[in-house]
Amino acid sequence: MSARDLHENHVTDEAGQDEHVIGSEHRGREQQVLDRIDKARRRKAKIREERITMAHGAGGKATHTLIEAVFLDAFRNPMLEKMEDQAVFPVAEGRLAFTTDSYVVSPLFFPGGDIGELAVNGTVNDLAMSGARPLHLSAGFILEEGFAIADLQRIAASMAAAATAAGVTIVTGDTKVVQRGKADGCYINTAGVGVLEREVTLEAGRARPGDKVLVSGPIGDHGVTIMLARGELDISSDITSDTAPLAGLVDTLLSSVDGVRCLRDATRGGVATILNEVAVASDVAVVVDEASVPMRTEVRGASEILGIDPLYVACEGRMVIVVDGTQADAALAALRSHPLGAGAAIIGEVKADPPTLVLLRTEFGGTRIVDMLIGDPLPRIC
Amino acid sequence: MRFVDEFRDAAKARALSAQISALCEPGRHYKFMEVCGGHTHTIYKHGLEDYLPETVTLVHGPGCPVCVIPMGRVDDAIAIAEQPDVIMTTFGDMMRVPGGNGSFLDANAAGADIRMVYSPLDSLKIARENPDKRVVFMAIGFETTAPSTAMTVLRAAAEGLENFSIFCNHVTIIPAIKAILDSPDLRLDGFIGPGHVSTVIGCRPYDFIARDHNKPLVCAGFEPLDILQSVYQLLIQLAEGRSEVENQYSRVVPWDGNPRALKAIGETMELRPYFEWRGLGFISHSALQVREAYAVHDAERVFDVPGVRVADPKACQCGEVLKGVLKPWECKVFGTACTPETPIGTCMVSSEGACAAYYNFGRFSRDRVRQATALPSPTVRVPSS
Amino acid sequence: MCLGIPGEVVEILVDRPDLAMVDVSGVKRAINIGLLDKGEVGPGDWVLIHVGFAMSKIDEEEAKAAMEFLEGIGQAYEEEMAALLESRIE
Repeated sequence: MSARDLHENHVTDEAGQDEHVIGSEHRGREQQVLDRIDKARRRKAKIREERITMAHGAGGKATHTLIEAVFLDAFRNPMLEKMEDQAVFPVAEGRLAFTTDSYVVSPLFFPGGDIGELAVNGTVNDLAMSGARPLHLSAGFILEEGFAIADLQRIAASMAAAATAAGVTIVTGDTKVVQRGKADGCYINTAGVGVLEREVTLEAGRARPGDKVLVSGPIGDHGVTIMLARGELDISSDITSDTAPLAGLVDTLLSSVDGVRCLRDATRGGVATILNEVAVASDVAVVVDEASVPMRTEVRGASEILGIDPLYVACEGRMVIVVDGTQADAALAALRSHPLGAGAAIIGEVKADPPTLVLLRTEFGGTRIVDMLIGDPLPRIC
Repeated sequence: MRFVDEFRDAAKARALSAQISALCEPGRHYKFMEVCGGHTHTIYKHGLEDYLPETVTLVHGPGCPVCVIPMGRVDDAIAIAEQPDVIMTTFGDMMRVPGGNGSFLDANAAGADIRMVYSPLDSLKIARENPDKRVVFMAIGFETTAPSTAMTVLRAAAEGLENFSIFCNHVTIIPAIKAILDSPDLRLDGFIGPGHVSTVIGCRPYDFIARDHNKPLVCAGFEPLDILQSVYQLLIQLAEGRSEVENQYSRVVPWDGNPRALKAIGETMELRPYFEWRGLGFISHSALQVREAYAVHDAERVFDVPGVRVADPKACQCGEVLKGVLKPWECKVFGTACTPETPIGTCMVSSEGACAAYYNFGRFSRDRVRQATALPSPTVRVPSS
Repeated sequence: MCLGIPGEVVEILVDRPDLAMVDVSGVKRAINIGLLDKGEVGPGDWVLIHVGFAMSKIDEEEAKAAMEFLEGIGQAYEEEMAALLESRIE
């Protein structure tokens, strides 16, 4: 039947009746198209591009697709899925802990982890060091135009896995894109909120003479891993980053012992930096026994080759504990009972004199000062 | 770690320390110069002075190749780095050395491309991977490092890597020791000889010290027991009225040095008529430059280098510290205007500089430190019967 | 004066006989052995490494002798101390 026939079949019994006949066919097809579009819009967002473009940062469709397809897909939780400008949640009575950190590590992917895992664990640990139970994280991304989306998906997956392992949720975030060359692939900022359910006050200024200093495991793994992963030094080894969430370990410790003065996770500047911070904040001397400081042989080997001092090398899953001297053994046992504290050791003690200094009893039996780091640990060559 | 840990054994150190004390003549003060920056570093890092009696003093010498680079040469290097398409490569130690207008670190922040490398071969690799760039290696060091630079130049020549050159600041140890011996300010009893330089030049070059100046020299390794043993050997020589060259580091140092290393140096480099040493002034035949045959790999020929002589800041007393005349804490600006964070002179910048070593490791009163660390003084005096 | 570290030769690189893979406490790096005589070092030998070059082969006999000397001193010291203590008891 031709359109003409249709047209001619239109019997004008009632004026409107005619148009309806044609209209409904027409409108039927139009509706089909509209229905198709509607279905497509409701379908799960899929990213078709391979690389980040400026459009992904404009806040419009591309941004939404990116957020849904990459971040929502990975982080999966009710608060985030609301896609509001903020996450709203009830708080318990008492004290909150709040922290933020930015992650600019290079390379982004390295043995033992990646920037995403660091971004979650680092912020979780900063909260945990107060004795708080970490709850929620925000994640802000600054992406370089041209960054591979597959890499971003990898990073998001790492963050999701790390968040699950740490018992936190990523509830809000932000994404910005800058032109090619204005960022190094991907920078991440995470802020975190936790709740202090314990009546503890853990601060660097609370150390006093007689206290003992412990470390939760072998030092220097992360920093050496990164240095070797940069590939400029042509050195290969089996060392991997020690990035790990420490809230569980802290919980085990604080449940066993009540005389903990201070907890600090040893990141940039290593253990030596923390000890100096404690010595200055508490106006005490910290004396460390070099032979007791746990360190993998490969970290030692790499440090000797490069001429750097492992005491200043970054960790990402180790903490320094200052505790009442009479409880040091109990603290050590508590740490060692947890998988992340298996390599814990008592490394030193707090004395009154000379204040603000960190001293080292060398393995050799001599003594020396361990000062604050100046600049970056530059490899000593000649 | 083999060949390292056993030379850090505390029990053996105590034993040596007792022997050292026993050898010291009552009422006599001993001054030994350890020439090498690496020795200075070891002494402070392990707290070696705790093992020596008060009457034995270790004086730090000019064997820190970063410390002796004059500010003008740093400026020259930066001038090269600032030229278009240049990648400057250097050992880490040089990054914070202040020139007349700031350090490599400052120049890097201002836009120059300056990269840290562990080996001159890493620099060569960068040259291979960046054929459109001119890659320059800041070559510093005594005879220990010169062969490595030389081998790298030979490789560059063999591969035809014309975009690679070195800015040669290699210096030689013997003229520095001569300058110390000729200096009227210092009265030394003996020398702890530079172990790693000796792997290249051997022990014979030191003969003149024992023979003409009547001072014993013991070529020493770099672990704490090596240095203690060398002090012991020096004291034995003095007690026996000998002055000879001895090789304590025999597990590594061949008496005749390394002929292949010397050949590589000789092939690619020659002695400059004179060279300025920070603090020591101009010394003749004390530094190396690239030979004409390898001109394309000589940054001083490839680039326009200002070559301006920059005087040390008035307050800087690096010269006297390098000669062992002043102890770090005796320098007027030590710890005040000159700190590792805000260094005025090179002795405070290089991790082997005497001032940096003393400031970072040893600057507190040894008694108070010993009290705090609850370590009894390991120097046991074995009483004479 | 310059940082030299002992390392154990693991293998000589087949396509580049002037390079050896060296192990320092579990960390590996390719080192240029061009400053040593051909065939002077093989797997199991120890060398002194400085800025990516082997400067010298470590003489294990001499190292042993050095240790024995130090042990001897240690022995003499202990004997002396023992004698000292004994004489006090009397």
